[in-house]
Amino acid sequence: MGRYALRRLLQAIPVFIGTTFLIWFLVWGLPGDPFAGRCGERQCPPAYVQFMTDKFGLDDPLPVQYLNYLTNLLRGEFGQTFNGTEIGDLLAQAFPVSIKLALVAVAAEALIGITAGVLTGLRRGSFIDNLVLVSTLVLIATPIFVIGLVARYSLGLASVSPEAPLVELIIPGLILGSGSLAYITRLTRVNLVENRRADYVRTAVAKGLAPSRVTGVHLLRNSMIPVVTWLGLDLGSLMGGAIVTEGIFNIRGIGGLLFDSINRRQSGVVVSIVAILVLVYLIVNLIVDLLYGVLDPRIRYE
Amino acid sequence: MRGITPWKVTVGLTAVALAAAGCTSTPEPEAPKNDGSFIISWSEPQNPLVPAGTSETQGGVVIDALFTGLTNYAAADAKTEMANAESITSADGGTTWTVKLKSGWKWHDGTPVTAKNYVDAWNYAAYSPNGLINGTFFGDIKGYSDVVSEDPDGPDKPQVAPKPAKDKLDGLKVVDDNTFEVTLGGPSNLWPIKVGYSAFMPLPDVFFKDPAAFGQKPIGNGPFKLDSWTKNVELKVTRNDDYQGTDKPKVKDVVFRVYTDDAAAYEDVKNGTIDFQQQVPSAKLVGDLYKTDFGADRSSNKPVSSSAFIALPTWLPGYNDPKVRQAISMAIDRKLIVEKIFNNTRIPMNGWVNPNMAGYKDGSCGEFCTFDAAKAKALYDSATTKPKEISIAYNGDASHKPWVDAVCNSIATALSVTCTGKPFPTFGEFRTLVTTQKMTGMSRAGWQADYPHIENWLNPLLKTGASSNDGKFSDAAFDAKLKEADGTADLAAAEKLYQDAEAMLPALMPTIPLWHSSQQTVWSAKLATVTINTFGELDLATVTVK
Repeated sequence: MGRYALRRLLQAIPVFIGTTFLIWFLVWGLPGDPFAGRCGERQCPPAYVQFMTDKFGLDDPLPVQYLNYLTNLLRGEFGQTFNGTEIGDLLAQAFPVSIKLALVAVAAEALIGITAGVLTGLRRGSFIDNLVLVSTLVLIATPIFVIGLVARYSLGLASVSPEAPLVELIIPGLILGSGSLAYITRLTRVNLVENRRADYVRTAVAKGLAPSRVTGVHLLRNSMIPVVTWLGLDLGSLMGGAIVTEGIFNIRGIGGLLFDSINRRQSGVVVSIVAILVLVYLIVNLIVDLLYGVLDPRIRYE
Repeated sequence: MRGITPWKVTVGLTAVALAAAGCTSTPEPEAPKNDGSFIISWSEPQNPLVPAGTSETQGGVVIDALFTGLTNYAAADAKTEMANAESITSADGGTTWTVKLKSGWKWHDGTPVTAKNYVDAWNYAAYSPNGLINGTFFGDIKGYSDVVSEDPDGPDKPQVAPKPAKDKLDGLKVVDDNTFEVTLGGPSNLWPIKVGYSAFMPLPDVFFKDPAAFGQKPIGNGPFKLDSWTKNVELKVTRNDDYQGTDKPKVKDVVFRVYTDDAAAYEDVKNGTIDFQQQVPSAKLVGDLYKTDFGADRSSNKPVSSSAFIALPTWLPGYNDPKVRQAISMAIDRKLIVEKIFNNTRIPMNGWVNPNMAGYKDGSCGEFCTFDAAKAKALYDSATTKPKEISIAYNGDASHKPWVDAVCNSIATALSVTCTGKPFPTFGEFRTLVTTQKMTGMSRAGWQADYPHIENWLNPLLKTGASSNDGKFSDAAFDAKLKEADGTADLAAAEKLYQDAEAMLPALMPTIPLWHSSQQTVWSAKLATVTINTFGELDLATVTVK
């Protein structure tokens, strides 16, 4: 298993370089001048444009710019934004907020989703099963910004304060995780229903094990593989993809920063965020893959 | 999520100090209200916080809080007031200016504000290799052409701009610690008015040691000092109790909080989480929703310093008759168009000067800018020669079509003529036709103030041969009046003369004033005595907290 993990980590290096390179080209390939429209109605003075172009090395060919960026990155320097802010400072501020928000969302998904899934899976066809099925359908069908706006404006909620305390993140986290929560419920339910007919469950019941142990240890553990996969991927995507929820509640996280930076053509920030998100995805994926072996002893790593 | 931010430490220590003081002395009466704080919706500035390097509003509002220049524009009427300057005088009709500073002013780090701080700051800003956005504002100081250089083959070509001949402006001379002398390229009585803009603010010596670091942690001489700036979250300024100016703030702390989504900010002002939003989101303009939400006492609809006009080809038969021009102006139902097309984000004009300007007088156009279809028709019919073509030309690359069509419709209905909107594909093409006098009908025109003074709306737009006189309007008596005003050194008397000049315009109708752009602002119940200044910002000196 150690060798497997090592091999996966080594594979991550070309993936990381490839994705950042692509993003770098895409961001700089956007049409338009990053310094146009920065001076209001007037045209920017040529001296200013020249100064900024030199300062950020925008005259160099793209591959050279990318290599410079990569060497700086290896030294731990993310560079600066156009207004002189250290990109590292921005990331250090925004990532903890986003991680907290994503964890709240994933925790809600896991807790509520799996519980609801187990309840409905064990009582297939009952009233509660149908109720949950209908409500998850509604959640899946409703776009997240609708849920967010309705929650915020009809309940009159205030924005999350700058320190983003955990308590204030609960409602935004629930909203952020609402769609996935519905999927988790359904995934858990389907797997449970399927595995209940499996031989090992029948054996466990025949052995005279307590029903709670049959469900909790034997049945649930084996039904968790797709659920864990989903949760792991969600953690990554919620971190960078919470643009809508972060905007509605003014949470100063990665999603809003990314959105703002694309609008302002702060490519250094965009590429840095994406680079870190790629790393997060790679690591989460590895952890999920390793978890398979824990959940199902039949899975071996070569 | 993070450690304790510095300002919290400050607050904590103050609280401890107060508590300690409370133990030894008799209890003070309840804390006065001028210790309050409030929160403004904000977004990250585009540039480092250096006065001459900032031209957009987000950075500008913080710069204005942290720095004070030679003069200020009064929040109420945009009149120029001495701030850090004791006096700005000229003995030779406006070419050489002697600036005397008030003594005793200090930077936030305790060092004195000297004449050298101004001269150094202006030299640095004007020197083109330093690449500051507002460098061009120093263009009328003698020797400017020696400190700037142009890229010989344009910005996209390999050659770069050569080093300028000098790195100091010839026209700036330090006389002593509190006096410096400025020589302009030519006489200008209005120069003291121009220096109120933030590009002319001074910089302390510490700036020149590390300009980049200074832009992240500016040290100013203004009514507030920077307390903390958590990037992409919020910036906090706190009152500078050593401030020597007369505009001492009545609040202690102002927090500028970053919002990505202006709808979220609006909602937070509504529920009292934050206290001020300078421009409400466009969705709240429909049906004046923001007025319903906030009421008249917590919202404002204030003009910004740009206005729209119609230029008339005064060289063509028909259009050369003031009666025809007046009739067309009276045939336009400005109020209805502003309401239907612009959701009241414009304000109908009744004069040739924007209301944010010093010297603005309400209603100077009178009945000729007021819609009256019957009178307009009668006046139009009384004219002997009618224009051959009634049309309004505009550039199709911006959203002008709806209002041009509405204006045309209004004219056509009132005067029983045909009026057509004539789009041209690009702004460049449109302007070329206007400036080369190729227009066969009317054309749209817009103007944005360079500095808040009535003169900026008359000389460049309506004087014979002026650069932006699109209609080639010319009137000898009007020109003479402007010349008299230009040559008057006393600013109050000059302003009066400019007003007299504007008063001549209804009879001449050189252009047709349409409307001013405006800004819709809302604030929470916590704020009182809210004044919006000439730049559309909240005046931090007068605002109070309940």
